Amino acid sequence: MANLIEMRGIVKRFGPVKALDGVDLRLEPGKILSLCGENGSGKSTLMKVLCGIYPHGDYEGQILFEGEEVKARTIKDTEKLGIAIIHQELTLIKELSILENIFLGAEISTKGLMDFPAMHKRTAELLKRVKLDVSPQTKVGDLGVGQQQLVEIAKALSKKARVLVLDEPSAPLTESETAILLDLVQELRASGVSCIYISHKLGEVKHISDDICVIRDGVHIATKPASTMTTDDIITMMVGREMKQLFPREDHDIGEVILKVGPINAWDISNPRMKKVVNASFELRKGEILGVSGLVGSGRTELMECIYGCYRGNHEGGVELNGRPLKLASAREALVQGIAMVPEDRKRNGIVPIMSVGQNITLAYLNEFANYGMLSMAKETNAIKQSIASLRVKTPGPELAIRNLSGGNQQKAILARFLLSTPDVLILDEPTRGIDVGAKYEIYRLMFQLVKKGISIIMVSSELPEVLGISDRVLVMHEGVIKGDLPNENLTQEIIMDCALSEGTAQ
Amino acid sequence: MSEQQATSKSADGANQDLLEKLKPMNLQVLVMLFAIIIIMVFFYFMTDGSYLTTRNVSNLFRQTAITGILAIGMVFVIISGEIDLSVGSMMGLLGGVAAILDVWVGLPLSLTIVFTLAAGLILGFWNGWWVAYRKVPSFIVTLAGMLAFRGILIGLTDGTTVAPTSNAMSIIGQSYLPDMFSMVLAVGVLAAYMIWQQRVRGQNTQYGIQNEAQGMAFTKYAVIAVFSLGIVLLLNDYRGVPTPVLILTALMLIGTFVATKTTFGRRVYAIGGNVEASRLSGIDVEKTKLRVYTMHGLLVGVAALILSSRLGAGSPSAGNMAELDAIAACVIGGASLAGGVGTVVGAVIGAFIMASLDNGMSMMNVPTFWQYVVKGGILLLAVWMDSATKRRA
Ligand SMILES: Nc1ncnc2c1ncn2[C@@H]1O[C@H](COP(=O)(O)OP(=O)(O)OP(=O)(O)O)[C@@H](O)[C@H]1O
Ligand SMILES: [Mg+2]
Repeated sequence: MANLIEMRGIVKRFGPVKALDGVDLRLEPGKILSLCGENGSGKSTLMKVLCGIYPHGDYEGQILFEGEEVKARTIKDTEKLGIAIIHQELTLIKELSILENIFLGAEISTKGLMDFPAMHKRTAELLKRVKLDVSPQTKVGDLGVGQQQLVEIAKALSKKARVLVLDEPSAPLTESETAILLDLVQELRASGVSCIYISHKLGEVKHISDDICVIRDGVHIATKPASTMTTDDIITMMVGREMKQLFPREDHDIGEVILKVGPINAWDISNPRMKKVVNASFELRKGEILGVSGLVGSGRTELMECIYGCYRGNHEGGVELNGRPLKLASAREALVQGIAMVPEDRKRNGIVPIMSVGQNITLAYLNEFANYGMLSMAKETNAIKQSIASLRVKTPGPELAIRNLSGGNQQKAILARFLLSTPDVLILDEPTRGIDVGAKYEIYRLMFQLVKKGISIIMVSSELPEVLGISDRVLVMHEGVIKGDLPNENLTQEIIMDCALSEGTAQ
Repeated sequence: MSEQQATSKSADGANQDLLEKLKPMNLQVLVMLFAIIIIMVFFYFMTDGSYLTTRNVSNLFRQTAITGILAIGMVFVIISGEIDLSVGSMMGLLGGVAAILDVWVGLPLSLTIVFTLAAGLILGFWNGWWVAYRKVPSFIVTLAGMLAFRGILIGLTDGTTVAPTSNAMSIIGQSYLPDMFSMVLAVGVLAAYMIWQQRVRGQNTQYGIQNEAQGMAFTKYAVIAVFSLGIVLLLNDYRGVPTPVLILTALMLIGTFVATKTTFGRRVYAIGGNVEASRLSGIDVEKTKLRVYTMHGLLVGVAALILSSRLGAGSPSAGNMAELDAIAACVIGGASLAGGVGTVVGAVIGAFIMASLDNGMSMMNVPTFWQYVVKGGILLLAVWMDSATKRRA
């Protein structure tokens, strides 16, 4: 069959760094092609080349669309051809309604006046197509991440997309939301929309794609039909070596109770009558890994923010660390007392985009490198070098602004920030979001090293295999209530799901 | 990817990357130097050479002092993502306070200085407290300050000029340093700088961090030495280094040190870059902002002392519109009003550019209205060029 899109020998440099080194890619009409590769292997960059975000002339190589060469200068040029991209970081404007977001910059108007009824009708149709049952007037900020992702797709469809590029759309989604997304993508394929799908979740990659293309360090490794590959094959090709096991569980000692939480109650920020966390209390032991599972919106993040002292809505309840009661007043106090948290939303709460990778890493424990407020650059640089090496943050150098790193490597840098010191309790909110299998393995290994040193870890995660793979104990949260507190022995995904949906609360 | 690959890649990337990093920074400095040269040449011809006499160059430096000092404080405010519109009125008020203490109360100079600087701290603290702890947007807080401070000044002075200031007072703004003194001081500071840099190199080696080539470092020292001693010689050729220029230079060096080598400076950049991330990294955002404004108030106090001393009086209209000069200087010097970006040296060079324009246009007897138009145009041009080059990169 003729190729819809063909990219030939794409080379893209950033200064001295070659992010792409001669990558080929072929997409046939009505097919789903998955793009796999480690963090920083060049997936997002390749898609930005395809969509004209890096204009023609900024890269070497050729792009053909239906056999004709494309020399796009802006994203508008490729939109006209029917290529739509949904970026790794959501780009919707939270303050505007769904309707306004979808028609942003492409408003339907008659004689300069906005034609709201027409836009309303069209938006309603689009929302129906992506199976989102909300009013077009809803503010995007009021939607969950999963729903926002669907709005992004609706927006892409509104541009009569023939090719949809999805860059890690499922990273912030829960399993059920992901299932909706995957169904939608498959339906779109049936209606003739081709799709390039990027994800680190290889199960879903295997499930939906027709072909899988693997790149490593900016080099094309192979493109094969999905049916001929197992997830292990994909991993081997991505990492360049075989990975025998995904969860490096190690034995470690669990000590006395170190942290006593609650009971904590928290109310929604914008709607103070709605409770987000209901009478939540639990204990954490020294050297324990406590997994917290639950759907997005189950109150997990709010609960963690309360413990870390950075929750913005109304909340009450106490935390006791080493028998001392703590005030839940600010992140700074929590850090001083020995509680650290890696936040969930990397772009909003994690990175300082224009600062360098190195300066981002040392931000939280800056005092460790200072005498009387004066920084010792040598000491700092040395620590930065070590963190970058031990977490394998892929960056051309510590001087680069962190916004230029790939999404996964940004995540590693933020993780490195809170590992510079040794807190008593480390809260990780979705620590492996957007991180490739190899790096996940490294992070788990690191977590076990930490607990062996006597640090206790709370890990919030939407990925059940991960929760089951490394936790010592699992908290199950649902609608703000801790439904279960289960030791991780003979636990299965089913047990956790049943527990979440069961009546009553844990004892 | 294997570990060896990862580390080797970042290791050989590091040197090249440094160059990459220097490039845009140098570009900014080059553009500013280029602008300065154009301005110099232009006014040199328009004034038949009198623009570049040592006398006028000395004046130019002295005129830079006030805006420059204001810009040093302002650039911290701007980096932290805030703004201060009250600077002009605050300087007027503090200058008025200084003149009143000197002329009406008859305090000795040292006490006048202490009280004026203390008043600066308090006004800065006031602004900062409303911005940081009461969460009122800085635009509004300082707009209110702009009106209120001017009002207090007029009230205090009854709308009259407080003059003449004492002889002692005039030292601050009008005196020149003895030639030998400035030369010895300059050489001393340069030596201290080199020793410090060499010690940093030693520390780097100790931690296994690569230094730039020693030859390269010596070339850098030489360039800096020739440049700064050259300026001292030039100023000595007229009547010596003006005292306000010494103050400006000292504050610029301290400001640069604070911005780049202290935890406080780093946190100011972080807050301007992403407040939420900074807060979650345990930075006390409120306290840091309060400190920025307080420090700024202190600097305004210094500028006010120089101003009153130069004018020989406290006047109810002193410092009018100075805030705009200071903001323009920061922005011309590369600071971004969105926060997180800016340098102290850039701000001072920006102030120098503003002063060069002012000075040249008054020498040419350009009508005041044209002076405003030109300065506005230059500001627009500078910011446009900045965003145009950024977009391409
Ligand atoms: N503007 C830039 N300047 C310098 N380097 C860049 C820039 N943008 C990307 N890079 C580099 O290009 C490489 C590829 O990045 P890219 O974002 O394409 O990775 P990715 O495969 O999408 O990874 P992830 O799975 O983490 O999202 C990275 O090493 C990154 O550091
Ligand atoms: Mg990416």
